[in-house]
Amino acid sequence: MDIAPIFASLHKHRTPVALIVLEIALACAVFCNAVFIIGQRVAELGMSNAIAESHLVVISVNGSNPDTARADIPRNLAALRGIPGVTGAAVMTSIPFGQSAGVDGVSTGPDSQVHPGASRYMLGEGGPRVLGLRLLKGRFFGPGEYADSTLRGGMMPNGHVVIITQSLAQRLWPSGHALGQQLWVGSEKHYAVIGVTADVARPGSSSIGRGSAHYAVFFPLAPDPAFTQYVVRSAPQNRQRVLHAAEAKLHTLAPNMVIKGQTFAQIRDQAFTATRSMAWVLVLVCLVMLTVTAFGIVGLSSFWVRQRRRQIGIRRAIGATRANILRYFQTENFLIVSLGIALGMVLSWGVNLYLMKHYELPRLPWHYLPVGALTLWLIGQLAALGPALHASRVPPVVATRSV
Amino acid sequence: MFGYYLDLALRSLKRNKALTVLMILAIAVGVGASMTTLTVLHVLSGDPVPGRSAHLYYPQLDPRPMQGYQPGETQPMRQVTWIDGMNLLHAGRADRQALMTGGRVAVQPENATLDAFYSDARYTTSGFFPMFGVPFRYGHPWSASDDESHARVVVISAELNNKLFGGRDSTGQTLRLSGRSMRIVGVLRDWRPNPHFYDLTRGSYNEHEGVFVPLSTSQDLNFDHMGGMSCWGNAGGGLHPSHTSTCVWLQFWVQLNSPAKVAAYKSFLVHYSEQQKALGRFERPPNVRLRNVMQWLDYNMVVPGDVRLQTWLSFGFLLVCLVNTVGLMLAKFMRRAGELGVRRALGASRRALFAQLLMESGVLGLAGGFGGLLLTFFGLWLVRRQPDGYAALAHLDPTMLLVTFVLAIGASLLAGVLPASRACRVTPALQLKGN
Repeated sequence: MDIAPIFASLHKHRTPVALIVLEIALACAVFCNAVFIIGQRVAELGMSNAIAESHLVVISVNGSNPDTARADIPRNLAALRGIPGVTGAAVMTSIPFGQSAGVDGVSTGPDSQVHPGASRYMLGEGGPRVLGLRLLKGRFFGPGEYADSTLRGGMMPNGHVVIITQSLAQRLWPSGHALGQQLWVGSEKHYAVIGVTADVARPGSSSIGRGSAHYAVFFPLAPDPAFTQYVVRSAPQNRQRVLHAAEAKLHTLAPNMVIKGQTFAQIRDQAFTATRSMAWVLVLVCLVMLTVTAFGIVGLSSFWVRQRRRQIGIRRAIGATRANILRYFQTENFLIVSLGIALGMVLSWGVNLYLMKHYELPRLPWHYLPVGALTLWLIGQLAALGPALHASRVPPVVATRSV
Repeated sequence: MFGYYLDLALRSLKRNKALTVLMILAIAVGVGASMTTLTVLHVLSGDPVPGRSAHLYYPQLDPRPMQGYQPGETQPMRQVTWIDGMNLLHAGRADRQALMTGGRVAVQPENATLDAFYSDARYTTSGFFPMFGVPFRYGHPWSASDDESHARVVVISAELNNKLFGGRDSTGQTLRLSGRSMRIVGVLRDWRPNPHFYDLTRGSYNEHEGVFVPLSTSQDLNFDHMGGMSCWGNAGGGLHPSHTSTCVWLQFWVQLNSPAKVAAYKSFLVHYSEQQKALGRFERPPNVRLRNVMQWLDYNMVVPGDVRLQTWLSFGFLLVCLVNTVGLMLAKFMRRAGELGVRRALGASRRALFAQLLMESGVLGLAGGFGGLLLTFFGLWLVRRQPDGYAALAHLDPTMLLVTFVLAIGASLLAGVLPASRACRVTPALQLKGN
């Protein structure tokens, strides 16, 4: 099809064309970036966390008596293990995706220039097995290592061994020899790395940058008042029943404490509510915006068609088929939208640069641009279809009326 | 004239209902989306202590060891240690000052129908109340001598007073807190600064304490500490941080009434750091900051990034809607070229035509504004259903209500300018001939 006459006609109606081009460009810029952010959020929802999530319930116990904790904790754990269906129970100081907890600057030595922040998980005996930590190298803690590690009211355990996540091991020892090295916390304390596990998420990790979301260190710890999270393991189908039984059991054992139980699935769900709602807001904005754009195209195209009724009539009178007219308007729309998309790509890129600078967003991958382009082409063609069909039905006799 | 133009505008809008509704809807959704996000941003970035915030400053010191120190880049600590806090407090170099931290106490009502419950608490020196302009319903704050004598006194919030005493004047009564008897000396009016600027470690929004206890008393009675704490070396915190530990866990605020005093206080902080370094307590060269309330909130980036991001996107969306409206109005006005030609031929000036057409866009804007307002209410209702701490604060205030209409009418008038000026340029003779 010859597009020269289309260009000539577009050139004559510069203002309306410029408006549609601008609208498409803006819509393209907002759409590409919004879809990109939605993609980011959805990826966050599926953040990896190498523990047996579907098997776990977590009961937080607050307000316990620090003086009797050393005796209370083993007693509580024994009671929890006695619940039918429970296959393991252990205590921790904090849990993945839970409330933010202690973060330490860790390094390979007191003079190291690299000290990323890593979350501190302290585990009671049996913790790694109950959580289902996946060991990649080395070994778990031995019974003696739990017994030797105490807090005595301080912040850091006085043991000598730790297990770290794979991401953290990669960050500190990029050559891959983390095992047996000393992990320094601050400039005074250091611990031998005896194991490396698959990546476990940090507490509060839904709000931590993706790069460091799996930096965590596991310390062994003897029973201590710092243990506030009881992790109970069972088969997934028994979770709810075990949760209620465990809460009731702890209530009878420790009547005046604040006890709150959740399945791990609930904890994960809660941690990402804000992320999920942001994604939905963006989806809504995109849908409404595309609808508005489509209606804008419909409005302007129908105006255009009406303005050119006589010309259409003349073309029909001198031999153009309905299909020719239809194709003319569809092609015209395609050209305008293409122009808008070209401008929109540049805009998207600019908007992304701004967002990268101010909102810690990564660079927009190139494949989002063709997705945006295809969507807008499709919407343009659909929106132009109505007016174009209308145009194709203009009878040739119009050409002869009123001069 | 105004009435006549209005009549013309309404007639014209009625002629093509579908197009009119389309334009109003486009303005309404654009305005609704941007006003929803703008209101949230407005609420979240508001001044928590209007009228006072410019004179309230937050001194920061850097008592950490040399490791990791990069001159000019490392920011000082966000809180102070007990020793530094006490030194600065006792130096008394500011117009007013207060040293404080967050905590939690068990409230044990005498009334047997109420179970014991936890309440957030603030442990502070007496300067807190006059410095932040805290309003009292009954009684008064405790005095500096109460701080000195570790008096067992407490100030409670209006909410707690309603819960425990049904809103009656409870001053002079005894309240049991975590097993200790305290005398109520004051009851606050409703006072909930948002953001919770004086201690951001307890969450930025919708946080408010039920109980205020003198800092000295809270330490005597071993009340639980709650809030952010950063330590270095091998210090540890827990619920009862030690006064000599290398941990920061207190906030220190000062009131400085003139720029000269601000400059003087800053040099005092530098001098203090040098003195502490000479004593061997500090290792780093003086690294101090003195930010006022709004600078402090800004530095801590209390407004969630997502909220700003949403605001940007929704304004991009409003722009799309406006360009769309410009296009539709252009189509509509150009279609009426014949009518406008007749008017011109009958003697109407271009100005008059322009005014008539703009009246039409103004009417669209007003209608779009109402639609946008409804959508904003709906949008804010959706926001309030979110679990974020700030969500509950998302309400439309009179300012934002006005902004909604100014935005809608302003935007649609702006959108009308180009189409109207194009349409006015019709040549009467050509149009008349064409008809």
